[in-house]
Amino acid sequence: MGKVGTLALLQDISSIEDPRLIEWDWIRENFWEDIVPAIQGHIYLSFVSVAIALAISLPTGVMVSRYRKAYAPVTFVTGLLYSIPSLALFGILISIPGITIGPTPVIIALVAYSLLIMIRNTVAGLDTVPAETIDAARGMGLTNRQILFKVELPLALPVIVAGIRIATVTIIGIATIGAYIAAGGLGKMIFDGINTSFPTMIITGAVLATALAVLADLLLLALERRLRPWARRRKS
Amino acid sequence: MLERPDFTELFITHIELSVVALLIAIAIALPVALAIRNTPLGAALAINVGNIGRAVPSLAILALCQPFLGFGFDTALVALTALAIPPILINASTGLREVSREVIDAARGMGLSGSQILTGIQMPIAAPVIFAGIRTSAVQVVASATLATFIGGGGLGDLIVEGTQLNDTTLLLAGSLSVAVLAIITEVGFGALERGMTPKGLKVAQKRAR
Repeated sequence: MGKVGTLALLQDISSIEDPRLIEWDWIRENFWEDIVPAIQGHIYLSFVSVAIALAISLPTGVMVSRYRKAYAPVTFVTGLLYSIPSLALFGILISIPGITIGPTPVIIALVAYSLLIMIRNTVAGLDTVPAETIDAARGMGLTNRQILFKVELPLALPVIVAGIRIATVTIIGIATIGAYIAAGGLGKMIFDGINTSFPTMIITGAVLATALAVLADLLLLALERRLRPWARRRKS
Repeated sequence: MLERPDFTELFITHIELSVVALLIAIAIALPVALAIRNTPLGAALAINVGNIGRAVPSLAILALCQPFLGFGFDTALVALTALAIPPILINASTGLREVSREVIDAARGMGLSGSQILTGIQMPIAAPVIFAGIRTSAVQVVASATLATFIGGGGLGDLIVEGTQLNDTTLLLAGSLSVAVLAIITEVGFGALERGMTPKGLKVAQKRAR
């Protein structure tokens, strides 16, 4: 229901008819040359970051849920990373010798921001698996590895996907700032628009980045619901 | 060493942007949350605002204000205020809404008036949740104030931008690290305040629930 309001706002912004604010001709002329590659670049940055973050967070989350003592230090460190403003984190990263401006420091930062959300949700997801279920699986003769992959992770998946969803929306937003250190994407349109005082570019970049975040949110929400067949059954 | 006589000035601008934006946002969001606390329409509205706030990138909010309001401190202030409102509004309205009906009934049974229930019961119980919203906004505003530099709003972001453009690592690190430290102090400081805002009775109840 909340999504309707978001879409209405997008329509409001895109229906501004002041010719100085939106030059539709520019959008038509530059659609394939500038706008589509910017969208692709943005998706690439976000997707690679989410994939790497997932590859780190899943094993870390599983480990932390086994060794509870590690939970507090892990969330402390990732929480610290999470609270560093993106432009500052980019600045710190490109100060490190060997890291130059471009997509690399941006992807590192985006991965760093995802860790807190994804690890926390992996642990929370594993916590939702009832002890009885694991006992039953063990009684059926499943090995620990089988229990993890065939019982615990599938049951934890909806909560894990919920974490991926929050992280993805956050990442798509922060990725816009990455354009400042030459990572490309939709942020480049926003910055170019500011620097050349051309509102059409600012609005196009901002609206498309928001639309991308909303779209990713809706897609992952649909996936999350599909992964919870029991919740759907209860509703109907 | 960093030789920037204007460091203090940029630092103060950064704080000024953040504090003023946060205060205006509180002054707008809290009365609205109080006014809509009993309406279902209000709840739906609050949730919508929260969703929009989450999906719109903060750079987009700052950049979108620029064509309408021009470059400068005031534009950045408007953008940062807009950014700070949703978390406070959504937390305040859910916090007030989630005070259990039994507690309010009990208070009414004890003879408390509507306004007494609001100030003596609902607001203290909702205080931790409301404050969590203010904390989220504060951290977000301090972080996003770094982006004010792109629309001529000043602040510590200026140092990062100059450091990047001049390839001056000292300048870049000075700006980046001071922003990082400021954000972490905000996060930790507001976290402590949040715990301080929790009424004693609630703390006891929380401990028991564990």
